[in-house]
Formats: sequence, C-alpha cells, structure tokens
Amino acid sequence: MSRLVVENLTKIFSLGFFSRRHIEAVKNISFKIEGREIVSLVGESGSGKTTTAKMILRLFPPTSGKILFEGKDIWKDLKDQESIRDFRRKVHAVFQDPFASYNPFYPVERTLWQAVHLLEKKLSNKKEARELIKESLVRVGIDPKDILGKYPHQISGGQKQRIMIARCWILKPLLIVADEPTSMIDASCRGGIIQLLEELREVEGTSIIFITHDLGLAYYVSDNIFVMKDGEIVERGHPDKVVLEPTHEYSKLLVESIPKLYRKLEGL
Amino acid sequence: MLLKVENAKAYYKLEKVSVKAVDGVSFEIFEDEVVGVVGESGSGKTTLSNLVSMNILKPLTLVEGKILLKINGEFKEISSMSREEVKKKLWGKEVTIVPQSAMNALMPTIRMAKYVAHLAQSHDLAEEKLLAKAEKRFEEVGLDPLWLKRYPFELSGGMKQRAVIAIATILNPKLLIVDEPTSALDVVNQRVFLKVLMQLKRMGIVRSIIFITHDIATVRQIADRMIVMYAGKIVEISSMEEILRKPLHPYTRGLLNSVLTPEPEIRKRGISVIPGAPPNLISPPHGCRFHPRCPHVMDICKEKDPPLEEVEEGRRVACFLYSEERR
Repeated sequence: MSRLVVENLTKIFSLGFFSRRHIEAVKNISFKIEGREIVSLVGESGSGKTTTAKMILRLFPPTSGKILFEGKDIWKDLKDQESIRDFRRKVHAVFQDPFASYNPFYPVERTLWQAVHLLEKKLSNKKEARELIKESLVRVGIDPKDILGKYPHQISGGQKQRIMIARCWILKPLLIVADEPTSMIDASCRGGIIQLLEELREVEGTSIIFITHDLGLAYYVSDNIFVMKDGEIVERGHPDKVVLEPTHEYSKLLVESIPKLYRKLEGL
Repeated sequence: MLLKVENAKAYYKLEKVSVKAVDGVSFEIFEDEVVGVVGESGSGKTTLSNLVSMNILKPLTLVEGKILLKINGEFKEISSMSREEVKKKLWGKEVTIVPQSAMNALMPTIRMAKYVAHLAQSHDLAEEKLLAKAEKRFEEVGLDPLWLKRYPFELSGGMKQRAVIAIATILNPKLLIVDEPTSALDVVNQRVFLKVLMQLKRMGIVRSIIFITHDIATVRQIADRMIVMYAGKIVEISSMEEILRKPLHPYTRGLLNSVLTPEPEIRKRGISVIPGAPPNLISPPHGCRFHPRCPHVMDICKEKDPPLEEVEEGRRVACFLYSEERR
C-alpha cells in the first residue's frame, strides 16, 4: 500500500459573490508516494503546488478527486475528532516562513509542548515530557539551553526552522509536507535543514513532499520530481530524467534558464 | 585600471559602539570587466558598494583608507570629495549604483518619465534631450519607450528592473554597481536581465560592472573575477574560472559547496554546511575572523589576522594555509 495516493485531484476556486469567475488552481493530478520516499513538487508561483499541499494537509477540501493516506480517504473516511487528531499526528507541515509559524507572545518551546500534547501515548509526568523536548532539540543540532524560555524574536530564522523539525522528532510523523522550507534562510544554513530532513527519513522512514521552485534543491534531494505548470503535472520521474533529459517544453525552458555553477548560459 | 580601493575601513558609528562592516579592504577594478562580490548576509557587500559610490551617510563613516577613480584619464581621490561634489560630478556620469530592491522603491504615483526629469534637474541638463535619450535606452534594454509614460505598478518585476537599469545608465556611467539585482526575479527574467547588462557593456555604455549577490551561480554567468567577502573583509580575489576550479580559502570552499544547482556534479558532490553563524561585527573574533567556523583552524589563526596576499598570478587569498608565515 502506498503511503499517499492522490487521484484525479482538482481544485476550483470561485470568485465573486455569484461565483461567476472560476479559477482552476489544480487540474486533475494524480501521483503516489511510498514510505521512505522524498518527492518534490516543482513549479513557478501560481502553478498550484501550494494548493495541492494544503489539500493533502487537510486544510481545505478538493473540488473533486481523492487523497488516500495509508489507505483512508482523508476527506471522507476521517469522521470523528479522534481520527482527525490521529491524522494530524501522522502528517506534519513545515512552512516557508519560520517567522509566521510562531506566536510572538509565547516562548518558542510552546510549539514543542503542543506536539507533546498531540502524542498518542500520554506521558506520565512533565519531567519526562521536558526530557523528550530536550532530546528532540539535540537531534536538530540545537543546545536546549540556547532556546528554552526564549521568544521567537530572540532566535534566528534558521533556528526557528530547526525547531519546526524538532517537532517532527517528537511526533515521528509518517509524512512531512515541507512548503519552501529553505527559501527564507541563508544559503549556508540551507544545507543543514535539508540534511535534518534527510536524516529523519533515514532513521524513521518518513516520507517527505518538498514544495519548491528551486529545481536545484529538488534535483539534489528527491527520489521523484513532479513539475507543475498551470495546475497540471507536466513532467514527472527520476531527477536525472527530469533535469538532464526533460521532454515537456516548460520543463526544458525551466532547466535551461537556471543558472548553473559549472556551465555558462548561452547567448548572454 | 578604473578604480582602486586602498585599505578602506568603513564603520557604522553608533552611540557607544562601532559596527565594523568593512574593515581594511583593498582591491581594484580594471576597465572592461565584470566583478562579482559574494558573501553571506551581513558580510559587508552592500556597505562596500556604498563606499565605492561614495554614498556615505551617517552613521556610516569612512574611518581610514582611500578610494581612487579614473576620471578623464587621471586618478582622483573621490574619498576626499564633498557630498555636493559627489552628487554633481560623480553620480550618474562616473559611477552609478542600483541599490538592492531599487525596483520596489519606485514611487507608485509618478510616471517613469518623471525619474528622467529628476535626473535632468539634478545634473542641470535639458529635459527633452534626456527624455529622447531615455526612449532610446529603453529600446536598448528591450522595453517599448511607451512604458516611460506609465506608472511603476503597471510594469512587471522583470520590466521594472530593466527600466531602472535603463534610467540609471542614461548618462553613460563608467562604473555600474548593481546590488542583488536578480534576487527578486524568476529564472527567466534573471536571464533577460543578465543579457541586458552584458549588452550595455558590449555597447560601451558602461565600462565595468560590479555585481553584488549571494547567488554564485548567477554571477558566475557574467563575471570575469570574483571577490569573496566574509565579516567585513575580503578573503579571496580570483578569476572566476580559477575560483570554481580550485577555491583556496576554506570559506570560499564552504560557500561553493552550499550551492545547489541542477547539475550532475552537484548531486555527486553532495551538500556540506559551514557550521556556526557569521560573527557579530561590533566585536569580531580575534585573529582571522573565520577561525571559529574554519575546519582547518591553526594556532596562528587565533592570534593574527591573515593578510590578503598574492599566491598565484592574479589570485589573492587571506589565509595562513597559503602563507609563508606559518612555516
């Protein structure tokens, strides 16, 4: 059984009071993600990749089509609160803007406490929970002393993103949806975030969906790349195939336009 | 040679402390070349560009050093000019800077042509003549001159950036400094913009270009030489091809290894990370500023500041790994 199956997924947004204008943000896309697999949805702004991610995260419903997680339709089969909580435990999101993911009025470890409260197995006491939080922070290369008790404005963007990944170490989700997780942090920290997510996959067998416009990142981390354009998947396959021998006109243009380190663009 | 910077130190002097954003840099820009300046956020790249264009406003202070620019065949010390003189004689004609996100700083309520009028005013030139020149320049950067009559918000991001560069180069400045011009553009527009820059240079409208960016893969496309900055200092200057073939300074190596482009070499190489974070420039580390993060740190690095020395022809690096002193 595939971990996630997306079948003929479509999302139409209606605009205006009488819904006279329709925007087809996602058009009839299908794909599968196995356990321990990293896939990337690559495309420009407005290609529908974030809309897809939000439907997978169960943030808004699709217009038509199915999303099966571990064999269950996440929009039809999850009926009671407990099964939705269980879904939230198993599917985790890491968003683009680490500054927007924290409530500025609370210390940063609140996000980690929330993760602890989501855990299925209730911890016997607070001390045990605190140990778990510390352990998860060490996992992501942060000394707990440096951040515990601090507020979001006191720590850097890279650290905030690491704490989001520390949450994943507490919950050990089966699937992580990472929407542009590295686009707002410095290039020298970017590698560290990617390595952390890769490590999570190695140790826990987590599947990861990267949503990104950065084909370089996608090429480097993924087992499979889906190139999206205007709501459709126009090219899919192994990174080497998509990047080195693209067949669709759009992916050809995309690959060609990206500045490379070891090759010069032609015709400048 | 077009520009020479000698041991320039520029600090942001605040009430109690100074931020040493540029601390003792020396380099030169030759005629007819493109030089890339790269480094992490906060390495002093933008301060350096303000220095070269003499856009020095408090709290930024030039503490030490000289900046020489060739004007009419002679080297003039522009660092001793008054601000009035700089505005009248230097900007627009000799040196032009396109600051970071200039395209987003355009006033939405005035038409593009108004910027040309402002330029005419500040240089005491005839407005009609300059407008005619602007129309021609717009065509040269691939924009319909009709866009001059439009408001900035009517132009797309890529068009805005080209319009800015067209207006900035109307008076044919010898040295053009662009600060992160491509960071806000998508890859297709980035390519168009690079092409426009190279075209301006080929046509002789600008002589040399300083391209400031954190994106090595982009600057690599057009630069002849590269300057790598770290914590307010230049750590390496080299020709582009050489630095890609064999980066010498450990920081340069780390920087190149964190670049992710869709190329087989990158997938094979893997990704490595420079541990730690850049230092606080109010009290930078003693000795080499990179030593707390450096994988090859030696005792001498903690005590002495490595000088920027020539190690091969046209290659300078500030690191004791390549210096006589360590032996």
